[in-house]
Amino acid sequence: METLAFQKIYTKIKNITKATITIEADNIGYDEMALVDGRMAQVVKISKSEVVLQVFAGTEGISTNAEVVFLGNPPQLKVGEQLAGRFFNAFGDPIDGGPNVEGRTVEIGGPSVNPVRRKQPSQLIATGIAGIDLNNSLVTGQKIPFFADPDQPYNQVMANVALRAEADKIILGGMGLSNDDYLYFKNLFTNAGALDRIISFVNTTEDPPVERLLIPDMSLTSAEYFAVEKNEKVLVLLTDMTLFADALSIVSNRMDQIPSKDSMPGSLYSDLARIYEKAVQFPEGGSITIIAVTTLNGGDITHAIPDNTGYITEGQLFLRNDSDIGKVIVDPFRSLSRLKQLVIGKQTREDHPQVMNAAIRLYADAANAKTKQDNGFDLTDYDERTLEFAREYSLQILAIDINIDTEKMLDVTWGLFSKFFEREEVVVRQEFVDKYWVKN
Amino acid sequence: MEGENKTTGKVAGIIANLVIVEVDGPVGQNEICFIQHPESNLMAEVIKIIGDNAYVQVFESTRGLKVGTNVEFEGHLLESTLGPGILSRNYDGLQNDLDKMEGVFLKRGDYTDPLNREVKWDWTPIVKVGDVVKAGDWLGEVPENGMPHKIMVPFKFKGKFTVKSITAAGSFTVDDETAVLTDEEGNDVTTTMVQKWPVKIAVKSYKEKPRPFKMFETGVRAMDTLNPIAEGGTGFIPGPFGTGKTVLQHAISKYAEADIVIIAACGERANEVVEIFTEFPELDDPRTGRKLIERTTIIANTSNMPVAAREASVYTAMTLGEYYRTMGLKVLLMADSTSRWAQALREMSNRLEELPGPDAFPMDLTAVISSFYARAGIVYLNNGESGSITFIGTVSPAGGNLKEPVTESTRKSARCFYGLNQARADSKRYPAIDPIDSYSKYLEYPEIVESLGEKLGDSWIENVLKTKNILLRGKEAMEQINILGDDGVPLEFHKRFWNSELIDGVILQQDSFDEIDAYCPLDRQKLMLELVLDITDKDFSFGMFEDVSTFYKKITNILKQMNYSELDSDKFSTYHGELDSMINERLN
Ligand SMILES: Nc1ncnc2c1ncn2[C@@H]1O[C@H](COP(=O)(O)OP(=O)(O)OP(=O)(O)O)[C@@H](O)[C@H]1O
Ligand SMILES: [Mg+2]
Repeated sequence: METLAFQKIYTKIKNITKATITIEADNIGYDEMALVDGRMAQVVKISKSEVVLQVFAGTEGISTNAEVVFLGNPPQLKVGEQLAGRFFNAFGDPIDGGPNVEGRTVEIGGPSVNPVRRKQPSQLIATGIAGIDLNNSLVTGQKIPFFADPDQPYNQVMANVALRAEADKIILGGMGLSNDDYLYFKNLFTNAGALDRIISFVNTTEDPPVERLLIPDMSLTSAEYFAVEKNEKVLVLLTDMTLFADALSIVSNRMDQIPSKDSMPGSLYSDLARIYEKAVQFPEGGSITIIAVTTLNGGDITHAIPDNTGYITEGQLFLRNDSDIGKVIVDPFRSLSRLKQLVIGKQTREDHPQVMNAAIRLYADAANAKTKQDNGFDLTDYDERTLEFAREYSLQILAIDINIDTEKMLDVTWGLFSKFFEREEVVVRQEFVDKYWVKN
Repeated sequence: MEGENKTTGKVAGIIANLVIVEVDGPVGQNEICFIQHPESNLMAEVIKIIGDNAYVQVFESTRGLKVGTNVEFEGHLLESTLGPGILSRNYDGLQNDLDKMEGVFLKRGDYTDPLNREVKWDWTPIVKVGDVVKAGDWLGEVPENGMPHKIMVPFKFKGKFTVKSITAAGSFTVDDETAVLTDEEGNDVTTTMVQKWPVKIAVKSYKEKPRPFKMFETGVRAMDTLNPIAEGGTGFIPGPFGTGKTVLQHAISKYAEADIVIIAACGERANEVVEIFTEFPELDDPRTGRKLIERTTIIANTSNMPVAAREASVYTAMTLGEYYRTMGLKVLLMADSTSRWAQALREMSNRLEELPGPDAFPMDLTAVISSFYARAGIVYLNNGESGSITFIGTVSPAGGNLKEPVTESTRKSARCFYGLNQARADSKRYPAIDPIDSYSKYLEYPEIVESLGEKLGDSWIENVLKTKNILLRGKEAMEQINILGDDGVPLEFHKRFWNSELIDGVILQQDSFDEIDAYCPLDRQKLMLELVLDITDKDFSFGMFEDVSTFYKKITNILKQMNYSELDSDKFSTYHGELDSMINERLN
């Protein structure tokens, strides 16, 4: 963004804190953007003629006579077909060496969709990953995060899901992305020949952390353009939302706000909800689906970031390392897709819901048996069988490297039922047992 | 406060949705004002006054707002508009009709009329000229979706009035005259079908509010059978995310014995509201056969809508409830989630730099919550009829920890506690209501116990207590088995454990997504409970502990199939027969 000739230049900064500067100025709009010594800044407080600006890159080295120029608008993005295939920074400026995008200018972080203008999500997204498609089916218009420890391959899983999802556009919002991961996404999308349907807004670990705060809004504003104006199916990938929330806490801390749980700002729920609620199915066919990553600290989901996220999103996909099979699985206990009931048994085979539940119940029995075993007790025959079942189920269904269709997932599961159990041990509606039980 | 000359002011400061306005005249606490942003008027509410500075919370985004912008004060508090045509509507937290808004996106400052001013209603007068009436008395009625919608003396009217004239039966719009009333000083006032009421003040146009005295049927076994809520009672559902609060509330709103259902989606997901919009017009009310949407009103202030309006949404919902209660109707009010409302209070209190209480919530949180819950209740109206608001709120405890301020404050106000348990939800034992920790204080009310006896027979309460006892002993037995091992405990422990599993599987667990199991009327609950208790009474003999689980799993499976079958169907009786023979076989 460049300064325009007629804009007034202020040079008398009154206060400077780590994150903000204060200056006397009139006729300034709330949320307006400015340049402070060439750095992007935004109005966060106005009191009479005193304006407080948050400087995204921090205030280090800024002196009281630095130049301040107000840009007269909130953060904006130029939207148009030309966005496709391009890489941008948090301010929407190209970082791929390409030309600036021509298009209509829109404010980012715009208004919400009227709930009565939404359509109920109803279109299944097939990923081939059975831990997702069988137990936690995704639907267009859904918002769901991966909960994963930092050492798990969440970005790879997410990229796989994105490429198999048959979306018209994939928008990557990278926050605090390592340069390696950034290049991983770039190469993967290029090699898959998918670059023309991908748009990336990236803040890497080399960029100032507070700039990340703009990434979700940039990504979702461009998503809205394609979903509303072009009626496209848009998939937005946000990684890592934990680093986004960390940036929120940095800001609120620097502004002396009272922290609530885990040093997070009291508004964390609303701040995250504003982003995730942009997921939507429009009646005209366009949709925005959000798949995010929330990294955990030692699997702790009671921390304010995953906790608030869980209260906002429509389920979560919990990645866990299963040491019994030596693979990362989609944990069937802690994972949940809340929109699955809109599609399972309707767009998938009729026995899907019951088979899914029965398998998870048996898997839970296996977990109990395991506890028994660990406590040194004798196992019953049933216990032994559940343990064997759980192992196979992990390998053939839960592991994230599975890639089969839903029909096959159901057949595999019925196969495991019949292999290890009696009919009445598997609580499933009689008519399905009659139809699908695999007779050995 | 109302007057010709409105107080005006100018914006002097802005921090997110908190705006400081310098005023030139009197302003009242909680008074409504409009900030005249060039794009559109932004509605706001006064929340603090210091000298000439009014601190207002804006119900909209303040983006682009500038110091010096004009503000006009309205002279009244935030009000609901009450009249026929509220049912089946979808409102936002400020009672704007969402369907009347244009475009896909919500435009800020777009305020729409909650009522339809053109449609004509079939009016029948109730009072006669010369009758003496007061606030809340019924002047006449119009049918609204098959329900008698009473047109009342406006709640704001103070003192006694004599009916000077009353409009004869006919077809009228809400703004047409319904009556002329003369007050004690001889002044005439004209009434229409519309009145307004400030949402944060309780409507008290009734004679008396007794203690709740009869149960309120929800169709959910884990509630009705074990811990029933009373008509006009209060309850809350705390639970970590994903444990089933919303699904449970939706289930209750579908099958509960209410005339009117008001659902406040308070800071939750828009897709969940869409689910109601989509499903309720298709589903039948099991009691009237009409569509569920006809008795339902939705207040949708989803999490991406402005935070201040979120706080207003629960009050708007309660006010609509009080309006219908005063018509002598049974209202069920649900709020999902009251924690989001508490968080809205917290955000504002932090911006005001008030001294924070625990977890940075405002100090008066408990008082705010309890005065809200106190607005529920069953009432006797001036004419002796009764009406009620049964209120059930969900609570979303931070980190799933029930020791946090919102849960603790709510526990002090709500009489029923339906705690959702993470472990139950994880093992898909839905609804995940914890059978041991949950309670209904109403079971301690002799009048409720008596009404239960009348409805369900003298042995009912005894059976309920017995069920709870079996569940408790089952839990203890399981703990022992876990410590000592399957072989380390007497066989009796296994039986105890499996008896509790039987009750869990057949009575507690209920599939909200199964067409038949989703709704279990009371008589069916009674049948199933007696059937199950009868089994737990039996003196089965088993050789080894493994036989216990095998047998119990089999009968649980059959009883579950019964839950999935139509009550008087062949299928049901076939399973019943199978069950009997399996039991007899075991006994011999
Ligand atoms: N009674 C039930 N029967 C079957 N499945 C259920 C039931 N209750 C909950 N579930 C499952 O659990 C999921 C989460 O339930 P729900 O949305 O009600 O949780 P919640 O407690 O409201 O969560 P949040 O606090 O995040 O809003 C549902 O989408 C559904 O898959
Ligand atoms: Mg919910």
